[in-house]
Amino acid sequence: MAKETPIKARTVDFSFYYGSKQALYNISIPMHQHRVTAFIGPSGCGKSTFLRSINRMNDLIDGTRHTGLMEVDGTDVYSPEVDVTTLRRRVGMVFQKSTPFPKSIYENITYGLSLTQNKPKSELDGIVESCLRRAALWDEVKDRLHHSALGLSGGQQQRLCIARAVSINPEILLMDEPCSALDPISTGKVEELITELKDAYTIVLVTHNMQQAARVSDYTGFFLMGRLIEFDRTRTIFTSPAQKETEDYITGRFG
Amino acid sequence: MNPFRATSRHVGEHVAEWSIRIVASFSIIVIFLIFIFVFREAMGLFAGPKEAAEAVTQVPADDLRPEVYNPDVMSLEERLAAEAAAAESQDVYNPDAVLAQEPAASNEQDVYNPDAVLAQEPAASNEQEVYNPEVELGTPAPTTSVATPETPAAELADRSLWDKLTGSVWQPVSEIPKYGMVPLFIGTAKTTIVAILIGAPLGILAALYTAFFASRRLRNIVKPAIELLAGFPSVVIGFFCLSIIATYLQDLLGTTFRLNALVGGIGLSITVIPLVYSIAEEALSSVPRSLREASLALGSTEWQTAYRVMLPAAAPGVFAAVLLGVGRAFGETMIALMATGNAPLASWSILEPARTFAATIGSEMGEVVWGSEHYGILFLIGSMLFVVSFGLNAITELYVKQRLIKRFQGK
Ligand SMILES: Nc1ncnc2c1ncn2[C@@H]1O[C@H](COP(=O)(O)OP(=O)(O)OP(=O)(O)O)[C@@H](O)[C@H]1O
Ligand SMILES: [Mg+2]
Repeated sequence: MAKETPIKARTVDFSFYYGSKQALYNISIPMHQHRVTAFIGPSGCGKSTFLRSINRMNDLIDGTRHTGLMEVDGTDVYSPEVDVTTLRRRVGMVFQKSTPFPKSIYENITYGLSLTQNKPKSELDGIVESCLRRAALWDEVKDRLHHSALGLSGGQQQRLCIARAVSINPEILLMDEPCSALDPISTGKVEELITELKDAYTIVLVTHNMQQAARVSDYTGFFLMGRLIEFDRTRTIFTSPAQKETEDYITGRFG
Repeated sequence: MNPFRATSRHVGEHVAEWSIRIVASFSIIVIFLIFIFVFREAMGLFAGPKEAAEAVTQVPADDLRPEVYNPDVMSLEERLAAEAAAAESQDVYNPDAVLAQEPAASNEQDVYNPDAVLAQEPAASNEQEVYNPEVELGTPAPTTSVATPETPAAELADRSLWDKLTGSVWQPVSEIPKYGMVPLFIGTAKTTIVAILIGAPLGILAALYTAFFASRRLRNIVKPAIELLAGFPSVVIGFFCLSIIATYLQDLLGTTFRLNALVGGIGLSITVIPLVYSIAEEALSSVPRSLREASLALGSTEWQTAYRVMLPAAAPGVFAAVLLGVGRAFGETMIALMATGNAPLASWSILEPARTFAATIGSEMGEVVWGSEHYGILFLIGSMLFVVSFGLNAITELYVKQRLIKRFQGK
């Protein structure tokens, strides 16, 4: 295992509530730069809630609140001086279900950039190509960049969403079960992609696939019923977990 | 040091976001003002009956109208004659004039006596020949007057009908009736355009606002309120325009005509707004939520998301909303009748009165002679209205829904 890298983001005693319902209990996790941090746990244990708290997507849900600290680069992202759109530009997100805009492939990639700047077309062309290449999609779509993104297959759409997420060059990339709707070949491509992307980004990954967590992640956290049961280097979690629940879960005895 | 402070370029976006918020809230406020005013007017109507009753009792005893219009004692012909005479000349209302024209009614008491009116039938039919243009409508006189003996009658009738309908004067009740529809077309077009130019943007902005900007509580108030406006009787809206908007606008713009296409268009837009609003709102909220999240997760602001992702995604539905709004403005009768001035002028100025197709039927159908040419032409207009609104609805049903389905399911 590679040496420790600086902590890019971390939570301290972070709790989260949907109205009166508590979804997360006192979570404290470091997320290291240029590393993949994976979260596993049974359905409904709060993994997505945690992920969406990092880029404040949960703000969109009425009646949510939190306690504790959620830090990115040493700044509490919930503090009043943080501009949420700037935050989200620096903390990108790929959703479980692919969500291409009903626009052309080209426009899907350039949308994020066009929000803040007017780049000349030649420059955009280059960015579109490099993003699609990074998402291992370029060869498949280079002849139909101006066709609707909805004409792509599910796996291609998901890779397009990854390309779209990296187009604005975030520092942290949140991925919520990015492969759950994909076939094994597309999954393999996305996993390769994650491994490549971590050199440039800090990746936080939620997955139901234990092998995937073991393959691509450097750190793994195990969630259960809104609590963080165990957090450690992935190898440690999968070879010698400290907690009985973790062992039961990764050996498939429950969940 | 705050690494997440807003970038400087963001300031422009804040301005844009705030302006859409202001415009959107303004549209909501406008809608509420309309609602409140209309309601106030409606309350006025409810409070009205007492005054109205007083007004009736104060009618001078020597007023002839009740007698002339009394349907019980007059034959249909006489009533037509009397109405036509009334329309043509105010003199009938003046007892002296009636006396002057009708020597038979030398005794004033006779005129007040219903039985005497019946007895004076010959005199009445004389009057009818002089004053009643509708008698001429009943006979196909205009056609024959243009006809020359050499031309085959049928061909001529066709051509003259087309010529007649494309003329620029609408004057169905006159010595030589003119059925030129150009003024009606212009009147309909200009009021509809005004109504859509006002109603569609307000409706769409209000829909955007409640779909994406308003808090849930606000949405729960605003949405039903606007939709309630859709169910408002158009006659009340017409009355509101006629009595309030017309006055304010005249004070504001100093127009020559108190009632004009602008006032009518504003009135029509009041019915267009809730229609456009509810369909556009439905279209906007049927756009998958995940699209909105995806856009926001890329660091876009709410308004960028609304404007660049949600609105285009819902474009077919919003387009449908506007089309149906056009159909509504086009077919609305009562408001067009009350607030446009209802004069068939062939002028494109929105500050001059207008007469729409629908209002033409509304105002003339009641008096037309059954089976006459005028009657036929009113029905032709009616069929046209039907075809146009059927067409608009068919387009939205078939084309737009297909597009929407395609858009969210790929090709
Ligand atoms: N919008 C919401 N309103 C209320 N409760 C919610 C909402 N979203 C999630 N929850 C609740 O919060 C808890 C955690 O949900 P979350 O989606 O984070 O789970 P998860 O670990 O991502 O599950 P999965 O693996 O199925 O995606 C669940 O009990 C869920 O019912
Ligand atoms: Mg989840």
